[in-house]
Amino acid sequence: MAGGSQRVYRQRIKSTQSLKKMFRAQELIAASRIGKARARTAAATPYAQAITRAVSAVATHTSVEHPLTRPRVDTDRVAVLVVASDRGMAGSYSAAIIREAERLLERLAADGKQVDLYVAGRRAVTYYRYRNRQIAGQWSYGSDNPTPEVADEIATTLLDAFMAPAAEGGVGELHVVYTQFVNMVTQRPRVVRMLPLEVVEGVSEPAGTQPLYDFEPSPEEVLDALLPRYVRSRIFSFLLEAAASELASRQRAMHTATDNAEDLIRTYTRLANQARQADITQEISEIVSGADALAASA
Amino acid sequence: MAELSVDLVATDRKVWSGTARQVSAPSVDGQIGILANHTPVLAVLRAGTVSVTGTDGPAVEVHVSGGFVSVDDNLVTIVADDITPLSGTESHLA
Repeated sequence: MAGGSQRVYRQRIKSTQSLKKMFRAQELIAASRIGKARARTAAATPYAQAITRAVSAVATHTSVEHPLTRPRVDTDRVAVLVVASDRGMAGSYSAAIIREAERLLERLAADGKQVDLYVAGRRAVTYYRYRNRQIAGQWSYGSDNPTPEVADEIATTLLDAFMAPAAEGGVGELHVVYTQFVNMVTQRPRVVRMLPLEVVEGVSEPAGTQPLYDFEPSPEEVLDALLPRYVRSRIFSFLLEAAASELASRQRAMHTATDNAEDLIRTYTRLANQARQADITQEISEIVSGADALAASA
Repeated sequence: MAELSVDLVATDRKVWSGTARQVSAPSVDGQIGILANHTPVLAVLRAGTVSVTGTDGPAVEVHVSGGFVSVDDNLVTIVADDITPLSGTESHLA
């Protein structure tokens, strides 16, 4: 019966409308959180800069070797940290980061490395668990709002793994896969080799006489205190950037979803109108033909 | 007279920034005092109180949980994992 199809269309319009409301809400939430996430990234920058400056100062003024800067040749295990999101509804955000990670894993495997997988973010954890992959460490921490404590925990775990002897599963390298926040429309999955450290950035040679640094208590101990902090601050900044990227992707995905819902509603409204028209037309022709039949028989 | 420009930086924010006459911080083997034109130094800090005698306004005192201080060309940067303000930071907060 034609009235049935009208009802179906109305129902679809209603459910699409309520979906649209949810998409819109998610979009607005993501939009409001991006600002906060970017502010947090900006707030963490002075610390990162200060640490980088100090590390490069030590690197330029001394020739001290440190375990964290030395390549390890005694093991072919490497650690990979994948930073993804806890929730979906962010378009291809998690898929893109996992694809990038898979590519890295393949490359490492081709080099004959054994990979220890460390995963941050529930989406990636479920992805790997579903495929029965060994996960060495995992964190679900509210990926759109990372705290220094979580970064600390992750960094400590990874530093411990790097410092551990080969027999106890120590790793020789650490790679981080995260999403770089370029701007609001561009976020790029990126692979960074974190350990062993290469300190090259921000080395500024002062003009004229080079200031001779005093290190207290000694260059070795200063490095000992600095480098783990450097790693921590880098990992924290990766998490923050990933959070900003996640929110930007979510906002974009939810915006598209809202637009699609509007399109659907428009299409269904047209179909419903058409069905109503057809119903009316049919009813009229039934009445008319009934009247005709009566007039003919009279 | 030359003055120091001081930055107090915690992991997730800048706590205080301004000019000062003197900075005193707990280094691992004693207290390190910094006046203007101090020789460049990079010192590891233990947990303790950092006090900054500002050129304007009251002295700033914060508790740090460990970190380091770097001095270079009258630019003092105190970097700590965790900074708890004790006094004087409010007026300079951005």
